[in-house]
Parts: sequence; C-alpha cells; structure tokens
Amino acid sequence: MARHPTTDTGRSPVTTQPAQPSPARGGDTVLSVRDLKVHFPTSDGIVKAVDGLSYELTRGKTLGIVGESGSGKSVSSSAILGLHDPKRTQVSGHIFLNGVDLLTLSEAEMRQRRGREVAMIFQDPLSAMHPYYTVGNQIVEAYRVHNDVTKKQARARAVEMLARVGIPQPNRRVDDYPHQFSGGMRQRAMIAMGLINDPGMLIADEPTTALDVTVQAQILDLLQDLQREFDSAIMIITHDLGVVAEMADDVLVMYAGRVVEYGPCREILTHPEMPYTWGLLSSVPDVHGDTDARLIPIPGNPPSLLTPPTGCAFHPRCLHRDKVPGDLCRTEMPLLVEGNRGPGHTKRCHLANPEQIYETEVLPVIAPDLAAGLAPDLAEEK
Amino acid sequence: MTAYIVRRLISGFILIIVMSLVTFLLFFASPIDPAKQACGKNCSPALQAQTKKALGYDEPVILQWTDFLKGVVAGREYPNDPALRKTAPETIAHCPAPCLGYSRYSNDTVTNLIKNAIPVSLSLAILAFIMWIIGGVFFGVIAALRKGTVVDRGIVAVSLLFFAFPTFFTGLFLYQFISIKWKLMPIPQYVSIADGGVGTWFVGLLLPSLTLALFYMAGYVRMTRAFVLESMSEDYLRTANAKGLNPRKVLIKHSLRAALTPLVTMAGLDFASLMGGAIITENVFNYGGLGKLAVTAATSLDLPLTVGIVLLLATFVIIANIIVDVLYAFIDPRVKVG
Repeated sequence: MARHPTTDTGRSPVTTQPAQPSPARGGDTVLSVRDLKVHFPTSDGIVKAVDGLSYELTRGKTLGIVGESGSGKSVSSSAILGLHDPKRTQVSGHIFLNGVDLLTLSEAEMRQRRGREVAMIFQDPLSAMHPYYTVGNQIVEAYRVHNDVTKKQARARAVEMLARVGIPQPNRRVDDYPHQFSGGMRQRAMIAMGLINDPGMLIADEPTTALDVTVQAQILDLLQDLQREFDSAIMIITHDLGVVAEMADDVLVMYAGRVVEYGPCREILTHPEMPYTWGLLSSVPDVHGDTDARLIPIPGNPPSLLTPPTGCAFHPRCLHRDKVPGDLCRTEMPLLVEGNRGPGHTKRCHLANPEQIYETEVLPVIAPDLAAGLAPDLAEEK
Repeated sequence: MTAYIVRRLISGFILIIVMSLVTFLLFFASPIDPAKQACGKNCSPALQAQTKKALGYDEPVILQWTDFLKGVVAGREYPNDPALRKTAPETIAHCPAPCLGYSRYSNDTVTNLIKNAIPVSLSLAILAFIMWIIGGVFFGVIAALRKGTVVDRGIVAVSLLFFAFPTFFTGLFLYQFISIKWKLMPIPQYVSIADGGVGTWFVGLLLPSLTLALFYMAGYVRMTRAFVLESMSEDYLRTANAKGLNPRKVLIKHSLRAALTPLVTMAGLDFASLMGGAIITENVFNYGGLGKLAVTAATSLDLPLTVGIVLLLATFVIIANIIVDVLYAFIDPRVKVG
C-alpha cells in the first residue's frame, strides 16, 4: 500500500466521483458508509478485511452486496452494528446511520441503536437462535431491550409480529423452541425479531443460503412485503446474483475488501464493466435460458487479505489482464471511476473498452441468446 | 416424563441387583478364604470346616447371594442356625433390614458401619462440591473473559498445578502449614452438626474439603473456560449482541446458560463418586468416612464390608446417572426423554 499511495482510495479525491455518497445529500439517506476500513491485526500482520469501502442506502431501497467468501461482505456489515471486538479490530472511516457517525459513539450509545435503528438477520437461523430459550422469549427480549413494556405487552407484540411474518398459530408457536420450527419458519421468526423495533434499516446476511430453494423465494417475498410496509432500507449480503436480481435496487460488488463495481442493479447485471463481475455472472446457472450457455467458474481462489496481490487485487485471476497495455494490472491499483455508461455506475478496472469485451467475448459464451438480442432483457424477466 | 423416570428407576434397580451378583462372585472368587481368616492362625482343618459352616460359607455362592438379597429386604441373623438359637441365643447377632452383611472383624453389621461413615463422607462431598463448583465456574468464566491475558494464563497454570499435585500432598501441605505451623485453624476433625453446631462442623471440614475442591476445581476451571469460549463464538451470541443487550445479560443469560449445561453431567457423576468416600483425603486427615472404611475393609480382608461398600458406591453412581439424565431433560429443551 505504501508503495502506491496514489491508488489508496482513502487518500484519493473521492469527492469528485458521483457515486460517492455524502451524508448531507438528503433526509432519506439511512446509511452512509464512507471509506470504511476494518483491519484485524494478527501476529502475521494486518488482515485488511475491509479496505476503503463507501456506499449509501436510502429509505425503502435495497442494496445488494455481492462477493465471494472472504471478500469482506459480512465483516463490513458487522462493523455497522459495531459487533467487532474492539481489542482485536481496527475500524476507521465513517458510518453515518440516520446522520450520526456510529464510529464516534460510545459502546453504550451504540448498544441503544443496535436492534432499534438497525437490525440484522443471519445466514443460519438455527444456530443464530439460542437453543435453550423459546422463540417467543428471544423475540420478547429483543423488544424489551428498547421498549419499557411489561412481559405481557411484549409477548402480545411478539405474537403479532410472528403472525405478520406468516407463522401459523402464532399464539401457540410463540412458546416453541427453535428446534421445533422448520428452517423457513426459523428465518421468519428471525425476521420478526429483527423488525419488532421497527428499525429503519435491516441487514440480511445471506438470509436464504441455508434454506431450501422453495423457502428461499418465500423469505425474499416476505422481506419485500415487509420492506414496503415498514419502508425500511435493506442491505442484503449474498453471493447469489439471483437474490440480487430479485431484491436489490443497487448492487455493490466486493473483492478483497474493496468495491470493484457499484451501481444500479439493472445496470450492473446488464452492462457490467469489471471482469470480476463478469466472472460472477458466468458462474450463475440460468434455468430459463439457453442450454448452450456455459458456466464458467472464476479460476483460482480469493486472495489472502494478509498479503493481497499488488496492483489490482483481482489480476492473478483475471482472464482479461493481457488486454491492458503494459504491466498496469500488476503494478497499479485501479481507481474507482465512473463507468462508460454515465454517472451512478462506478468500477475499479484498467480495461479501456469493457463494454465491447463483454458483448463480444463474455456474453456470447454465458448467454448466447442474450448476445443475439433475441431473449428478453433481464429486467423484464424479473 | 413420569413414565421415563419410572422406567429409569426400574432399570437402575435391575442394574444394582446385577451389580451385587457380580460383586459377590468377584469377591468369592478371590483366593482369600474368609473362614480361615475368622478361625485364626492355629486352626485345624476340622475347626476350619466348622467355622465355615457357622459363618454360612459352606453354601453355594448363589445361595449365599440370595440370602444376602433376602437380608437386604428382611434382615437376617448371623449365623443363621436354628439349633444355635435354641441353645445359645446370645451368640447370634441380629442384622435388621437393610442388612448388607455382618463384619466379623468389627463385630458389627455392615449397615451400622456404613451408617456411621456416611455423614462424614457426605459432609465432605457436599462442602467440597460447593467449593469447587463455585470456584471452578467463577475462575473459568474469568479466564474466558480475560482470554490470552496474564489473568487467564495465571488461572489456568494454577489450576493445572493443583490438578497435578496428588491430594495427599495438598492435604498434608494444608494440614502441616495451616493447622500445625501457622495455627490458623484448629486441627481438622469431624464434628457432627448435632454435636457441635454448624460452625464447628464447617471449621472441622474446611481443610479436607478444600483439598478435594482444589483438585476437582482444576478440571472445572478448564472446562468452564473452554465451554464459555465456545459459546462466545456461537452465532446466537452474535444475535444477542445484535439485539443491543448489555454485555452482562449476554454473558449470563446467553453464554453461561449454554456453557454450564454440559457441566451438569460431570458434576453429578463426580459428586456421586466422591460420596463413596475420598480415600486418600480421609486417610490424610484421619476422617472416619466411607473412604477410610473401604481401606480398612480391604486391608483387613473384611469381605462383607467390602461388598457392602462397593454396592453402595455403585448405587450412588447409578442414582446420580438417573438424576443427571432427568435433570438434562429439564435444562436442555432439545433433549426428549421417553
């Protein structure tokens, strides 16, 4: 990093880029993350799990954060809730939630916001719920932390929320233990627990990964319904582009702790300009589409965050790095710049003509029908 | 639930009966001839045979065993000889139910001997148990919360040290320094609550139960530490934190609840085996508990007493097992009994 000071997003002139959020932009902004860094000092060196992440989220909208395991998706969302052990983590930058920078708050002030202003639902609802307490007990607990109500009132509220998320016979099921619920019901209960304080923002960390495919769709539907009803902002963390296509208004693609592409969902899914995003799209099987379409996995493994590759972190796995003149990909980290199709879409790539490469080399392989212009647009498919 | 408990009790009862048979067979398979023991050194074969008959050892082992079981239920007489009862009733010892045998060596019923020893062992076990559970859990939680620090390493090292010391060393050390050299405490001796009140009883038991507690505590410190650390990395703890609960509630309601549950099994069985007597500690402090009684029985080749003690200990362990299993159904909702 020290060798390439100009490539450090933390010090680059971020304000000139339109996609960079600004907390002063409007009252609708629920969350605004600016230059977030989450570093874990270890005996082998500093693990830069998140390194200069910026995005924002407005009320009623959904942001999808996509990336492979270890790209820093979950670490950045835990930072919003302040769940990292301060003794073992260095968090810097700004996280504005409803206009307040969470990183300047004391632990007690942060605790008041957890669950009330921002709630989180997790990947595996069975392990995310305490096995020794009833579902109702755990939901009541979440409500009573932030509301001065009697147990009876809280229980009534819990039953109401369980009913709202579609648990049958909530009056009876409220006294069940998590292991007596099915996987989908557990995730519903987690959602009820998350939304019981009507937080302005919900973080869903791979909410459907541990569920059956049929249940996945139900849970996503439920989240969308509730989002409309509560007008909350949702941040959905996933590696499943199908979930993103279904849910997200904006998409942020992460690689090795950084943003590599960020923009409106439709834009990113139809005109991606970064080879890593192409790789992700190539790895998604398309059940409706062409049987000629091929699945092309991204070669190699995510890089070590302890000793990330020089220059562009993705270059060792990038199939298109030879199209960049010289040794630029290896020596210099690309800046997050505006894409070729106008503002709102940013990317971090040295390629000069990504659109052309995508249309001529990538799309014909992964979706021949789309490339031929015969199939309906992705957006219509939705 | 009730059906489950009844079923467990019945199977436990059967297990105890089988245990008694096995113990009986094992002891009568030993090369020691109890009749020869009772008869003395200069014993003619004729006299030996007579003693054998008088003591009832001439019968087949199975018959002796059924007699033993009958004695437990109804009591019996030693020797069981109707002729002798008419001619010399003063030579017959009556052993009322539950009769676990008659010790020729002590000239007393096994039941009486054990009855005198149980309060000592029970007091020791209860005090030691309270000390080691409180100490073990407390220091284990502290070590887990301060993981990796000097405090954590210190606690783990000290607990390992006490685990490595044999109890006779710790016991003699405490005895020598605290009671004799520094005179911080009176020489420990067992005084029952009825005789000296709770205070005297407690003071008398402090050193031996501390000796036991220090030994057992080591394991509980390490287990508590491991279980608490394990529970802290569980997803449900992250959920609890994400709700905005204060750290104390997260620790007590969420972490400890999960971490301490597996300790119940260990604690139940350890307590049961300690009830059967702490052999070394009781001998070091010269307490007349079951442990000391067992040693006396073994060294003086007092077979009926040995059988009685072994059976009692086995019963304790079996009962403790049942209690732990039933308790588990209450503390872990995922466990389904029946």
